Amino acid sequence: MGKVVIKVDKIGMRFNLMEKKVDNLKEYFIKLLKNEIRYQEFWALKDISFKVNQGDRLGILGLNGAGKSTLLKIIAGVLKASEGELNIRGKIVPLLELGAGFDAQYTGVENIYLYGAVLGYPKEFINEKFNEIVEFSELGDFINVPVKNYSSGMKARLGFSIATIMDPEILILDEVLSVGDAKFRKKSEKRIMDMFDKGVTVLFVSHSIEQIRRICSRAIILDKGILVADGPVEETCNLYDEKYIGLEKAQKPKKKKKKKKKIPTEGNTDNSDSVPDANVEVSMELLPEVSNELLAETGNVLVADESIVVTQETDIK
Amino acid sequence: MERVFNNFKKYRYLLFELTKKNIKLKYRRSYLGILWTLLEPILTAFVLTVVFVGFRKKADPTFPVYVLTGRLLYSFFSQSTKQAMKSIRSNSGMIKKVYVPKYIYPLSNILSNYIIFLISMLVLFGAIIVFKIYPTIYIFNAFIPLILLLILSLGLGLILATLAVFFRDMVYLWDVILMLVMYTSAIFYHIEDLDSKSWIFNLNPIYHIIVNFRNSVFGRPLDMNALYISLGYSVISLVIGVVIFYKKQDKFILNI
Repeated sequence: MGKVVIKVDKIGMRFNLMEKKVDNLKEYFIKLLKNEIRYQEFWALKDISFKVNQGDRLGILGLNGAGKSTLLKIIAGVLKASEGELNIRGKIVPLLELGAGFDAQYTGVENIYLYGAVLGYPKEFINEKFNEIVEFSELGDFINVPVKNYSSGMKARLGFSIATIMDPEILILDEVLSVGDAKFRKKSEKRIMDMFDKGVTVLFVSHSIEQIRRICSRAIILDKGILVADGPVEETCNLYDEKYIGLEKAQKPKKKKKKKKKIPTEGNTDNSDSVPDANVEVSMELLPEVSNELLAETGNVLVADESIVVTQETDIK
Repeated sequence: MERVFNNFKKYRYLLFELTKKNIKLKYRRSYLGILWTLLEPILTAFVLTVVFVGFRKKADPTFPVYVLTGRLLYSFFSQSTKQAMKSIRSNSGMIKKVYVPKYIYPLSNILSNYIIFLISMLVLFGAIIVFKIYPTIYIFNAFIPLILLLILSLGLGLILATLAVFFRDMVYLWDVILMLVMYTSAIFYHIEDLDSKSWIFNLNPIYHIIVNFRNSVFGRPLDMNALYISLGYSVISLVIGVVIFYKKQDKFILNI
């Protein structure tokens, strides 16, 4: 047992959902005068407490909407918890969404420095590691091309290379072990495994129980924002399997209709009076491999569609 | 307080990178590139001079310098506050994924504009020589209005950035206010030429900053009244800006 590096103490996260999103002054004042501003409280997380020791590899299980990503965002410092206390010792590197800090106009080289700075590294350090980053990303001459011309795989590769070049003490992984093609995936998994050997603390979210079993030493289950189980990975995974996956199978016929719904993004200001329902779950996510294949297939179909359209056009001409 | 300071030390390289990025990307893909920082004030000051020189009641050979000083200061103010206002929204992708101190975004926008503004000051030096204005010791006073301008823009930038996160209308409203500021800053006319001085001039901090900057350039002592007014505006806006930004920054992510 190493020392405690993450201590989560009675964390709660409350979202105020306005029944109708108000984001312009006129509506705000009208509603204020009419006393119509109402919030609906929604607790994405409630009373979560756990400790993570150094070298622990903690898997976080839970259905969609259980609060996994919210929890990771709080630990990464992106969100601030409404209540509770959080103590963290050590450098955190979140691999939440690779390449989120990139500027599309900037070239790969410039983005390495920018993204490095976003992660809080000094210039000398990036200078030192620069060649290693470029090499690992396998971008070659593309490194001098603006990122807007990159493929999504290239972007993810570069993001992964920058984020993992440093030796973080705490690594947050949110379903990012499937970056790039099979070859790069192998390479990236190896790099993460190397970090494990160095005793890095890992927080890992995945819908693939297989991956969690393989990688983690301990697991917790979140259900509708409440911590329901905490223990060694085998036991917890088995529990999760029978309690939630079984449930999912029973509900299967409904899955098409349901949408992923957690924190309603402010983007949809249109009168979506739907209230996030903690019961709404998606079971497709449980089989990422299958859905990936599906995606790849639909991708192919799309390409095929385009070529059909093109041929049609030439026919008309 | 110490925590804030240490955090700043850690992220000062990010501030540098973002500032550099704003400057670099501003003129990327334009043929003349950074030369535009010099050309643009020359051209606009030329246009304003040609149009408005007729409004002067007496002959004024240094009118182009007069116009240029006003225009340079005003355009820094309008550009930097506009960009700072939008900075939180336009960087929402990053803010949602990685922790960085959020004030870095408006601050880097203000700083990059300030650097461009200082570069464009070269035009003013050229104009002083061309129009034979002999600088006096008072020219050193010029840094006072320039610093006040920076503080004012930063304070208002923080206020606007905070408001714009919650109310998108601010973007349009600020455009209107900026127009009012421009017309009441005596950029292209002399206030003595007006029949009566409107009370609205006293409300405009930019007007007072420009007055003192011109005093320094044209070899006159600072106008104390204008100095106090602009100092008051700058300090108050910075204090309000820091306070409301600090109080509301945790809520940003829920609204962008």
